[in-house]
Amino acid sequence: MTELTIFLLSVLVGYEVISKVPAMLHTPLMSAANAIHGIVLVGAALIAVTADTWIGYLLAFVAVTLAAMNVVGGYAITARMLAMFADRRPGPPTGGAS
Amino acid sequence: MTTVLGLVYLAAATCFVLGLHLMNRPPTARRGSLLSAYGMAAAVAATVVVLVREGTVTATGWTVLAAGTMVGTTAGWYMARTVAMTSVPQVVSLFNAAGGGAAMLVAVHEFMRHDSATGTALAVAVDVVIGAVTFSGSLIAAGKLQGVVASRPVVFPGARVLAVALAVVMAGAGGLLVAGRGGTAVLAVLAVAALAAGVAMVMPIGGADMPVVISLLNALTGTAVAMAGFVIGSTVLIIAGALVGASGGILTMLMAEAMNRSLVSIVVGGFGTGDGPAG
Repeated sequence: MTELTIFLLSVLVGYEVISKVPAMLHTPLMSAANAIHGIVLVGAALIAVTADTWIGYLLAFVAVTLAAMNVVGGYAITARMLAMFADRRPGPPTGGAS
Repeated sequence: MTTVLGLVYLAAATCFVLGLHLMNRPPTARRGSLLSAYGMAAAVAATVVVLVREGTVTATGWTVLAAGTMVGTTAGWYMARTVAMTSVPQVVSLFNAAGGGAAMLVAVHEFMRHDSATGTALAVAVDVVIGAVTFSGSLIAAGKLQGVVASRPVVFPGARVLAVALAVVMAGAGGLLVAGRGGTAVLAVLAVAALAAGVAMVMPIGGADMPVVISLLNALTGTAVAMAGFVIGSTVLIIAGALVGASGGILTMLMAEAMNRSLVSIVVGGFGTGDGPAG
Protein backbone atom coordinates (compact mmCIF):
# COMPACT_ATOMS: atom_id res chain seq x y z
CA MET A 1 0.00 0.00 0.00
CA THR A 2 2.83 2.40 0.89
CA GLU A 3 4.51 1.61 -2.41
CA LEU A 4 1.31 2.25 -4.34
CA THR A 5 0.94 5.61 -2.55
CA ILE A 6 4.50 6.56 -3.43
CA PHE A 7 3.89 5.54 -7.05
CA LEU A 8 0.73 7.63 -7.37
CA LEU A 9 2.25 10.72 -5.74
CA SER A 10 5.31 10.42 -8.00
CA VAL A 11 3.04 10.27 -11.06
CA LEU A 12 1.34 13.47 -9.90
CA VAL A 13 4.71 15.18 -9.34
CA GLY A 14 5.88 14.08 -12.79
CA TYR A 15 2.67 15.45 -14.26
CA GLU A 16 3.15 18.84 -12.61
CA VAL A 17 6.89 19.26 -13.07
CA ILE A 18 6.67 19.78 -16.83
CA SER A 19 5.15 23.11 -17.77
CA LYS A 20 5.30 25.06 -21.03
CA VAL A 21 8.59 23.81 -22.46
CA PRO A 22 9.94 25.70 -25.49
CA ALA A 23 10.22 23.38 -28.51
CA MET A 24 14.02 23.63 -28.61
CA LEU A 25 14.16 21.98 -25.19
CA HIS A 26 11.90 19.06 -26.13
CA THR A 27 14.68 16.71 -27.22
CA PRO A 28 17.09 17.53 -24.35
CA LEU A 29 14.26 17.11 -21.86
CA MET A 30 13.34 13.76 -23.36
CA SER A 31 16.98 12.74 -23.16
CA ALA A 32 17.25 13.87 -19.52
CA ALA A 33 14.15 11.86 -18.59
CA ASN A 34 15.67 8.94 -20.48
CA ALA A 35 18.81 9.19 -18.33
CA ILE A 36 16.73 9.29 -15.14
CA HIS A 37 15.09 5.94 -15.83
CA GLY A 38 18.65 4.62 -15.93
CA ILE A 39 18.10 4.38 -12.14
CA VAL A 40 17.21 0.80 -13.10
CA LEU A 41 20.99 0.31 -12.70
CA VAL A 42 20.37 0.21 -8.94
CA GLY A 43 17.83 -2.56 -9.51
CA ALA A 44 20.21 -4.40 -11.84
CA ALA A 45 22.97 -4.18 -9.20
CA LEU A 46 20.62 -5.65 -6.59
CA ILE A 47 19.78 -8.64 -8.80
CA ALA A 48 23.46 -9.14 -9.63
CA VAL A 49 24.14 -9.78 -5.93
CA THR A 50 21.25 -12.20 -5.41
CA ALA A 51 22.08 -14.30 -8.47
CA ASP A 52 23.31 -17.82 -7.73
CA THR A 53 22.90 -19.78 -10.95
CA TRP A 54 24.71 -19.33 -14.23
CA ILE A 55 21.55 -18.16 -15.95
CA GLY A 56 20.97 -15.73 -13.09
CA TYR A 57 24.48 -14.33 -13.54
CA LEU A 58 23.93 -14.07 -17.28
CA LEU A 59 20.66 -12.15 -16.85
CA ALA A 60 22.30 -9.91 -14.25
CA PHE A 61 25.28 -9.21 -16.51
CA VAL A 62 23.07 -8.21 -19.45
CA ALA A 63 20.82 -6.12 -17.17
CA VAL A 64 23.77 -4.27 -15.58
CA THR A 65 25.37 -3.67 -18.99
CA LEU A 66 22.16 -2.25 -20.51
CA ALA A 67 21.39 -0.13 -17.44
CA ALA A 68 24.93 1.31 -17.25
CA MET A 69 24.71 2.16 -20.95
CA ASN A 70 21.35 3.90 -20.32
CA VAL A 71 22.68 6.01 -17.43
CA VAL A 72 26.10 6.99 -18.74
CA GLY A 73 25.05 7.47 -22.35
CA GLY A 74 21.87 9.27 -21.33
CA TYR A 75 23.59 11.93 -19.23
CA ALA A 76 26.53 12.28 -21.64
CA ILE A 77 24.34 12.93 -24.66
CA THR A 78 22.05 15.32 -22.74
CA ALA A 79 25.12 17.33 -21.70
CA ARG A 80 26.30 17.39 -25.31
CA MET A 81 22.96 18.68 -26.59
CA LEU A 82 22.78 21.40 -23.95
CA ALA A 83 26.40 22.43 -24.52
CA MET A 84 25.61 22.83 -28.21
CA PHE A 85 22.92 25.39 -27.74
CA ALA A 86 24.74 27.20 -24.99
CA ASP A 87 27.36 27.99 -27.66
CA ARG A 88 24.76 29.79 -29.73
CA ARG A 89 24.53 32.53 -27.14
CA PRO A 90 26.77 35.63 -27.40
CA GLY A 91 30.27 35.69 -26.02
CA PRO A 92 31.80 32.25 -26.66
CA PRO A 93 34.89 31.94 -24.45
CA THR A 94 37.23 31.36 -27.37
CA GLY A 95 39.17 34.64 -27.26
CA GLY A 96 42.74 34.36 -25.95
CA ALA A 97 43.54 37.80 -24.51
CA SER A 98 40.97 39.09 -22.08
CA MET B 1 22.74 1.89 7.36
CA THR B 2 19.37 1.30 5.72
CA THR B 3 18.23 4.69 6.98
CA VAL B 4 21.26 6.38 5.42
CA LEU B 5 20.64 4.57 2.15
CA GLY B 6 16.99 5.62 2.29
CA LEU B 7 18.00 9.25 2.83
CA VAL B 8 20.43 9.16 -0.09
CA TYR B 9 17.68 7.72 -2.31
CA LEU B 10 15.32 10.44 -1.13
CA ALA B 11 17.92 13.10 -1.95
CA ALA B 12 18.42 11.51 -5.38
CA ALA B 13 14.67 11.57 -6.04
CA THR B 14 14.61 15.25 -5.05
CA CYS B 15 17.46 15.95 -7.48
CA PHE B 16 15.52 14.23 -10.28
CA VAL B 17 12.39 16.30 -9.66
CA LEU B 18 14.25 19.61 -9.34
CA GLY B 19 16.47 18.71 -12.31
CA LEU B 20 13.48 18.09 -14.56
CA HIS B 21 11.89 21.30 -13.36
CA LEU B 22 15.02 23.33 -14.14
CA MET B 23 15.04 21.84 -17.64
CA ASN B 24 11.79 23.64 -18.51
CA ARG B 25 13.72 26.85 -19.27
CA PRO B 26 16.83 27.29 -21.45
CA PRO B 27 18.90 29.37 -18.96
CA THR B 28 18.67 26.76 -16.21
CA ALA B 29 18.60 23.62 -18.36
CA ARG B 30 22.28 22.69 -17.93
CA ARG B 31 22.09 23.12 -14.17
CA GLY B 32 19.03 20.87 -14.16
CA SER B 33 20.78 18.12 -16.08
CA LEU B 34 23.83 18.31 -13.80
CA LEU B 35 21.71 18.22 -10.63
CA SER B 36 19.94 15.12 -11.85
CA ALA B 37 23.31 13.50 -12.72
CA TYR B 38 24.62 14.19 -9.19
CA GLY B 39 21.53 12.56 -7.74
CA MET B 40 22.06 9.52 -9.94
CA ALA B 41 25.75 9.25 -9.00
CA ALA B 42 24.89 9.46 -5.29
CA ALA B 43 22.19 6.78 -5.56
CA VAL B 44 24.46 4.34 -7.42
CA ALA B 45 27.46 5.01 -5.15
CA ALA B 46 25.40 4.55 -1.97
CA THR B 47 24.02 1.26 -3.30
CA VAL B 48 27.53 -0.05 -3.95
CA VAL B 49 28.76 1.08 -0.51
CA VAL B 50 25.91 -0.73 1.21
CA LEU B 51 26.54 -3.89 -0.83
CA VAL B 52 30.23 -3.80 0.15
CA ARG B 53 29.41 -3.37 3.84
CA GLU B 54 26.86 -6.16 3.84
CA GLY B 55 29.57 -8.46 2.54
CA THR B 56 27.10 -11.07 1.28
CA VAL B 57 28.01 -10.66 -2.35
CA THR B 58 29.88 -13.54 -3.95
CA ALA B 59 33.04 -13.05 -6.00
CA THR B 60 31.13 -14.02 -9.13
CA GLY B 61 28.48 -11.44 -8.24
CA TRP B 62 31.09 -8.69 -8.03
CA THR B 63 32.72 -9.81 -11.27
CA VAL B 64 29.37 -9.72 -13.07
CA LEU B 65 28.61 -6.29 -11.61
CA ALA B 66 32.02 -4.84 -12.47
CA ALA B 67 32.20 -6.33 -15.96
CA GLY B 68 28.66 -5.24 -16.83
CA THR B 69 29.24 -1.71 -15.56
CA MET B 70 32.48 -1.44 -17.48
CA VAL B 71 31.06 -2.68 -20.78
CA GLY B 72 27.88 -0.60 -20.46
CA THR B 73 29.69 2.56 -19.40
CA THR B 74 32.22 2.30 -22.22
CA ALA B 75 29.56 1.63 -24.85
CA GLY B 76 27.27 4.40 -23.60
CA TRP B 77 30.04 6.97 -23.28
CA TYR B 78 31.55 6.12 -26.65
CA MET B 79 28.21 6.30 -28.47
CA ALA B 80 27.15 9.53 -26.78
CA ARG B 81 30.50 11.19 -27.49
CA THR B 82 31.19 10.10 -31.05
CA VAL B 83 27.80 10.15 -32.71
CA ALA B 84 27.11 13.00 -35.16
CA MET B 85 24.71 15.62 -33.78
CA THR B 86 22.24 14.74 -36.56
CA SER B 87 22.04 11.16 -35.29
CA VAL B 88 21.27 12.05 -31.68
CA PRO B 89 17.57 10.97 -31.69
CA GLN B 90 18.35 7.40 -32.73
CA VAL B 91 21.06 7.10 -30.08
CA VAL B 92 18.65 8.36 -27.40
CA SER B 93 16.26 5.69 -28.68
CA LEU B 94 18.98 3.02 -28.31
CA PHE B 95 19.64 4.11 -24.71
CA ASN B 96 15.91 3.93 -24.12
CA ALA B 97 15.84 0.39 -25.49
CA ALA B 98 18.66 -0.47 -23.08
CA GLY B 99 16.69 0.86 -20.12
CA GLY B 100 13.57 -1.07 -21.13
CA GLY B 101 15.57 -4.26 -21.60
CA ALA B 102 17.21 -3.88 -18.19
CA ALA B 103 13.84 -3.26 -16.49
CA MET B 104 12.43 -6.38 -18.14
CA LEU B 105 15.42 -8.53 -17.09
CA VAL B 106 15.13 -7.43 -13.46
CA ALA B 107 11.60 -8.86 -13.36
CA VAL B 108 12.59 -12.01 -15.28
CA HIS B 109 15.44 -12.64 -12.85
CA GLU B 110 13.28 -12.15 -9.76
CA PHE B 111 10.60 -14.43 -11.21
CA MET B 112 13.06 -17.22 -12.04
CA ARG B 113 14.71 -17.00 -8.64
CA HIS B 114 11.44 -17.71 -6.87
CA ASP B 115 10.02 -19.68 -9.81
CA SER B 116 6.74 -17.81 -9.37
CA ALA B 117 6.21 -14.61 -7.53
CA THR B 118 2.55 -14.67 -6.55
CA GLY B 119 2.62 -11.46 -4.54
CA THR B 120 4.26 -9.41 -7.24
CA ALA B 121 3.10 -11.45 -10.25
CA LEU B 122 1.07 -8.55 -11.62
CA ALA B 123 4.07 -6.21 -11.43
CA VAL B 124 6.27 -8.89 -13.05
CA ALA B 125 3.81 -9.35 -15.93
CA VAL B 126 3.34 -5.62 -16.53
CA ASP B 127 7.10 -4.98 -16.25
CA VAL B 128 7.93 -7.72 -18.76
CA VAL B 129 5.26 -6.56 -21.22
CA ILE B 130 6.13 -2.85 -21.12
CA GLY B 131 9.89 -3.47 -20.91
CA ALA B 132 9.82 -5.82 -23.91
CA VAL B 133 7.59 -3.48 -25.97
CA THR B 134 9.90 -0.51 -25.36
CA PHE B 135 13.00 -2.62 -25.98
CA SER B 136 12.00 -3.87 -29.42
CA GLY B 137 9.97 -0.74 -30.26
CA SER B 138 12.89 1.59 -29.51
CA LEU B 139 15.27 -0.56 -31.56
CA ILE B 140 12.89 -0.35 -34.55
CA ALA B 141 12.47 3.42 -34.01
CA ALA B 142 16.26 3.87 -33.97
CA GLY B 143 16.54 1.67 -37.06
CA LYS B 144 13.97 3.76 -38.91
CA LEU B 145 15.82 7.00 -38.17
CA GLN B 146 19.16 5.45 -39.08
CA GLY B 147 17.73 4.05 -42.34
CA VAL B 148 18.39 0.43 -41.35
CA VAL B 149 14.64 -0.21 -41.23
CA ALA B 150 12.35 1.26 -43.91
CA SER B 151 11.32 4.67 -42.57
CA ARG B 152 8.02 4.69 -44.48
CA PRO B 153 5.01 3.30 -42.63
CA VAL B 154 5.13 -0.45 -43.10
CA VAL B 155 1.58 -1.78 -43.21
CA PHE B 156 0.69 -5.26 -44.37
CA PRO B 157 -2.62 -7.05 -44.69
CA GLY B 158 -3.49 -8.85 -41.50
CA ALA B 159 -1.57 -6.41 -39.29
CA ARG B 160 -4.65 -5.78 -37.21
CA VAL B 161 -5.33 -9.52 -36.87
CA LEU B 162 -1.74 -9.99 -35.72
CA ALA B 163 -2.16 -7.16 -33.21
CA VAL B 164 -5.28 -8.72 -31.77
CA ALA B 165 -3.62 -12.15 -31.67
CA LEU B 166 -0.61 -10.76 -29.80
CA ALA B 167 -2.88 -8.94 -27.36
CA VAL B 168 -4.81 -12.18 -26.71
CA VAL B 169 -1.59 -14.16 -26.16
CA MET B 170 -0.26 -11.49 -23.77
CA ALA B 171 -3.53 -11.28 -21.86
CA GLY B 172 -3.66 -15.09 -21.56
CA ALA B 173 -0.05 -15.51 -20.46
CA GLY B 174 -0.30 -12.51 -18.13
CA GLY B 175 -3.51 -13.89 -16.64
CA LEU B 176 -1.87 -17.27 -15.97
CA LEU B 177 1.06 -15.57 -14.23
CA VAL B 178 -1.18 -13.40 -12.08
CA ALA B 179 -3.24 -16.47 -11.14
CA GLY B 180 0.02 -18.06 -9.99
CA ARG B 181 -0.32 -20.89 -12.52
CA GLY B 182 2.46 -19.99 -14.93
CA GLY B 183 6.09 -21.01 -14.78
CA THR B 184 9.13 -19.78 -16.68
CA ALA B 185 7.73 -21.08 -19.98
CA VAL B 186 4.63 -18.87 -19.68
CA LEU B 187 6.86 -15.91 -18.84
CA ALA B 188 8.92 -16.63 -21.97
CA VAL B 189 5.76 -16.70 -24.12
CA LEU B 190 4.68 -13.38 -22.60
CA ALA B 191 8.08 -11.82 -23.29
CA VAL B 192 8.25 -13.03 -26.90
CA ALA B 193 4.69 -11.83 -27.64
CA ALA B 194 5.50 -8.43 -26.11
CA LEU B 195 8.72 -8.14 -28.13
CA ALA B 196 6.70 -8.86 -31.28
CA ALA B 197 4.08 -6.31 -30.19
CA GLY B 198 6.79 -3.64 -29.87
CA VAL B 199 7.92 -4.28 -33.45
CA ALA B 200 4.32 -4.37 -34.70
CA MET B 201 3.55 -1.12 -32.90
CA VAL B 202 6.37 0.95 -34.41
CA MET B 203 6.64 -0.55 -37.92
CA PRO B 204 3.44 1.12 -39.27
CA ILE B 205 4.55 4.58 -38.08
CA GLY B 206 6.42 6.87 -40.47
CA GLY B 207 9.93 8.19 -39.83
CA ALA B 208 8.74 11.79 -39.46
CA ASP B 209 6.72 10.88 -36.38
CA MET B 210 9.62 9.02 -34.74
CA PRO B 211 10.64 11.75 -32.25
CA VAL B 212 7.15 11.68 -30.74
CA VAL B 213 7.16 7.88 -30.73
CA ILE B 214 10.58 7.78 -29.02
CA SER B 215 9.27 10.14 -26.37
CA LEU B 216 6.24 7.88 -25.87
CA LEU B 217 8.48 4.80 -25.58
CA ASN B 218 10.64 6.76 -23.13
CA ALA B 219 7.61 7.37 -20.91
CA LEU B 220 6.75 3.67 -21.16
CA THR B 221 10.27 2.68 -20.08
CA GLY B 222 9.84 4.91 -17.04
CA THR B 223 6.68 2.97 -16.21
CA ALA B 224 8.50 -0.34 -16.70
CA VAL B 225 11.23 0.82 -14.30
CA ALA B 226 8.57 1.74 -11.72
CA MET B 227 7.14 -1.79 -12.11
CA ALA B 228 10.64 -3.21 -11.60
CA GLY B 229 10.67 -1.17 -8.39
CA PHE B 230 7.49 -2.94 -7.24
CA VAL B 231 9.01 -6.32 -8.15
CA ILE B 232 12.20 -5.90 -6.11
CA GLY B 233 10.69 -3.56 -3.50
CA SER B 234 12.86 -0.56 -4.34
CA THR B 235 11.28 2.81 -3.59
CA VAL B 236 13.79 4.84 -5.58
CA LEU B 237 12.98 2.85 -8.73
CA ILE B 238 9.27 3.42 -8.17
CA ILE B 239 9.71 7.18 -7.68
CA ALA B 240 12.10 7.78 -10.58
CA GLY B 241 10.18 5.47 -12.91
CA ALA B 242 6.79 7.03 -12.15
CA LEU B 243 8.31 10.49 -12.49
CA VAL B 244 9.67 9.71 -15.97
CA GLY B 245 6.46 7.92 -16.93
CA ALA B 246 4.27 10.93 -16.13
CA SER B 247 6.57 13.74 -17.23
CA GLY B 248 7.47 11.78 -20.38
CA GLY B 249 3.78 11.41 -21.14
CA ILE B 250 3.20 15.17 -20.85
CA LEU B 251 6.29 15.85 -22.94
CA THR B 252 5.02 13.47 -25.62
CA MET B 253 1.78 15.46 -25.88
CA LEU B 254 3.71 18.75 -26.06
CA MET B 255 5.90 17.36 -28.85
CA ALA B 256 2.91 16.08 -30.82
CA GLU B 257 1.25 19.48 -30.37
CA ALA B 258 4.36 21.32 -31.56
CA MET B 259 4.33 19.20 -34.72
CA ASN B 260 0.60 19.82 -35.20
CA ARG B 261 -0.11 16.11 -34.92
CA SER B 262 -2.43 14.40 -32.53
CA LEU B 263 -0.87 11.64 -30.48
CA VAL B 264 -3.82 9.36 -31.19
CA SER B 265 -3.49 9.73 -34.95
CA ILE B 266 0.22 8.93 -34.72
CA VAL B 267 -0.17 5.77 -32.69
CA VAL B 268 -3.49 4.55 -34.07
CA GLY B 269 -2.13 5.32 -37.53
CA GLY B 270 -0.52 1.98 -36.78
CA PHE B 271 -2.81 0.26 -34.34
CA GLY B 272 -3.58 0.09 -30.61
CA THR B 273 -0.55 -0.51 -28.44
CA GLY B 274 -1.78 -3.92 -27.26
CA ASP B 275 -0.67 -3.33 -23.72
CA GLY B 276 -1.82 -6.68 -22.49
CA PRO B 277 -2.67 -7.86 -19.06
CA ALA B 278 -2.47 -4.61 -17.13
CA GLY B 279 -6.24 -4.53 -16.48
